[in-house]
Amino acid sequence: MQRDLVKQLLYDMLLARRFEEAAAEQYTQGKVAGFLHLYPGEEAVAVGSLRAAEPGDYVVSTYREHVHALMRDVPPGAVMAEMFGRATGCSGGYGGSMHLFSAEHRFLGGYAIVGETFPVAIGAGYWLAMNRSPDVVLCFFGEGAANQGTFHESLNMAALWKLPVLFICENNHYQIGTEVHRQAAVVEVYKRGCGNGVPGRRVDGMDVLAVHQAARDALEQVRGGNGPFLLECDTYRFRGHSMADGGAYRSALEVAELKARDPLLNLRNRALENGWLNEEDIEALHQKAHGVVEEAIRFAGQSPAPDDLYQGVYRRPLDLYAGRP
Amino acid sequence: MKRAAPQENAGLIAPAKARSELMVWEALNIALDQALAADDAVFIMGEDVGLYGGSYRVTQGLYAKYGEWRVRDTPISENSFTGLGVGAALVGGRPVIEIMTVNFALLALDAIINMAAKLRYMSGGKLRVPLVVRMPGGVARQLAAQHSQRLEHTLMNVPGLRIVAPGTAQDSYWQLTQAVRDDDPIIVLEHELLYFKKGPFDIHAEAPPMHGAAVRRAGAHVTLIAWHRMVDVCLQAADKLASEDDIAAEVIDLRSLKPIDLPLLTASLKKTHRAIVVEEDCKFAGAGAEIVAALQEAAFYELDAPIARVAGADVPTPYNGDLEAASIPDADAVTLAVRRMVGAREE
Ligand SMILES: Cc1ncc(C[n+]2csc(CCOP(=O)(O)OP(=O)(O)O)c2C)c(N)n1
Ligand SMILES: [Mg+2]
Repeated sequence: MQRDLVKQLLYDMLLARRFEEAAAEQYTQGKVAGFLHLYPGEEAVAVGSLRAAEPGDYVVSTYREHVHALMRDVPPGAVMAEMFGRATGCSGGYGGSMHLFSAEHRFLGGYAIVGETFPVAIGAGYWLAMNRSPDVVLCFFGEGAANQGTFHESLNMAALWKLPVLFICENNHYQIGTEVHRQAAVVEVYKRGCGNGVPGRRVDGMDVLAVHQAARDALEQVRGGNGPFLLECDTYRFRGHSMADGGAYRSALEVAELKARDPLLNLRNRALENGWLNEEDIEALHQKAHGVVEEAIRFAGQSPAPDDLYQGVYRRPLDLYAGRP
Repeated sequence: MKRAAPQENAGLIAPAKARSELMVWEALNIALDQALAADDAVFIMGEDVGLYGGSYRVTQGLYAKYGEWRVRDTPISENSFTGLGVGAALVGGRPVIEIMTVNFALLALDAIINMAAKLRYMSGGKLRVPLVVRMPGGVARQLAAQHSQRLEHTLMNVPGLRIVAPGTAQDSYWQLTQAVRDDDPIIVLEHELLYFKKGPFDIHAEAPPMHGAAVRRAGAHVTLIAWHRMVDVCLQAADKLASEDDIAAEVIDLRSLKPIDLPLLTASLKKTHRAIVVEEDCKFAGAGAEIVAALQEAAFYELDAPIARVAGADVPTPYNGDLEAASIPDADAVTLAVRRMVGAREE
């Protein structure tokens, strides 16, 4: 039981890491463009929490959301193709890295305006509550987003109407170059839920097993009709904010210290120590993840480009001067 | 989930009301009542729409009838409850969001412009946002600059939004009903001074296309193009021009600001060869600018005179009553503009 879970979580994190490294390589080669925000260092958060969710649950995420999409089983090829701007991408090549969507996987995006995930999540939550559905919503956000009005507005409404939303804070300590103690008077985000009636807790976001267990507990509570919950995951991003960021605002020592707490290394070592997995098992997982990402790149590279500039502006093409469609 | 055909719930409304003179708010109320009855996915949300019954009575009685989940009073959090509407629309709901007035919609523009308008496109057409956002605006009675705005221009420039502007009881019923049934995000602009205006109403009459314009008065000499309250201003001017100047003005109620019914406007222009756009909003970069530009592109050689605009002054609306009146067009301003234009031809 534990062995299977550990194997799954380790594989997921290896896939996540490899996928993001490959995305960076493809960006450097000019295949991926625009803003590209990568997830290395934070894998335990998306992997741990989303592996605790049910298929019927909705997920709302930010612009740093490739791994969240992968964990909802959006095919890696469809995610990579989206970053390549291809028609086979999960958003048809119209969204890009920051706007992944997949209705069939109940993956609601992909929002690049900081703080937008909150209202979308409570909207889906409102619909679920109104229809007495057993499903819930998982809403991801960075600690910087907790400074937006929508955080407080939405948490208030979620608590007021007991909406089934699990708010998951990916506290990587930075909003671009501004460290958390320079952006917020209260640096522990879960404490900021209290004033809006949303209970919460903080968990080590570099420990995937801890995140997984905390998410399971929180989801059980939310699914039980007890209203929203805020799970803050204390984590760190190893790379710059985006590909455009050299990261001059952090000391090499700080980065090195946090890299020593790498969630992949952390789980790998524990798996070996406890005899859950051996070196060969782990190597096989590595190989598999590499293969999947290779295939995703191949798929994306061979995919056609979208060619309809006007698709989807409206439900059907609309002549703005014709008046009577 | 229940979804009844529209005719089935005409019976919901008392027969005495189904064919009568109604105020605009009553017609909107009937449209919402029917929409809630017809489709369980429809719900209403906004400040004081429930227990209180709506700032302009539009949702009166609906809270008692449909309960708090379908008619929801919200905290003062415009961006988040409008965004909530977007989220609910993505997963199967058909929310009707009321923003108390357009002035407060400025706080919800992220939800409207960055989310509602773009999600279908950004998702490659895979998501849909069947959302209606209703908001009253315009210059009312000495409410001062922060409560007297018009946002047509801001919203018209956003791809993905459709905008209707009903100015009569019948249109309010028709266009709101059509908007709720549509799968696109639609803005219903209402006017604060029109809610208590009475007009003929027939629940059984067949609705024209949602975005079609309507000729309110036929005439051969000049076309006056307006929407909302300015239609009434133009009709007053047309009366005066007919009796004092022998000028027959054609008055067109645009009804929809995106898309616009250019064919109907150009057809009128082919008859009158002169046009004036009359709008309450400020002139500079306003809705009228788009209409004039589109008209001259489509029918330049039909024109006997440059298309004119009679518009609001480019000022924040003043509190003082006389100054407020001077800041927006009235029948005299329209009459004068027509006399100038038609007279210029005769000189
Ligand atoms: C409303 C808004 N303001 C500013 C930005 C520019 N911006 C993009 S990401 C970011 C930092 C966000 O930090 P955080 O919420 O902690 O998320 P992280 O990137 O650390 O995951 C900023 C300022 C934006 N996209 N949206
Ligand atoms: Mg951050």
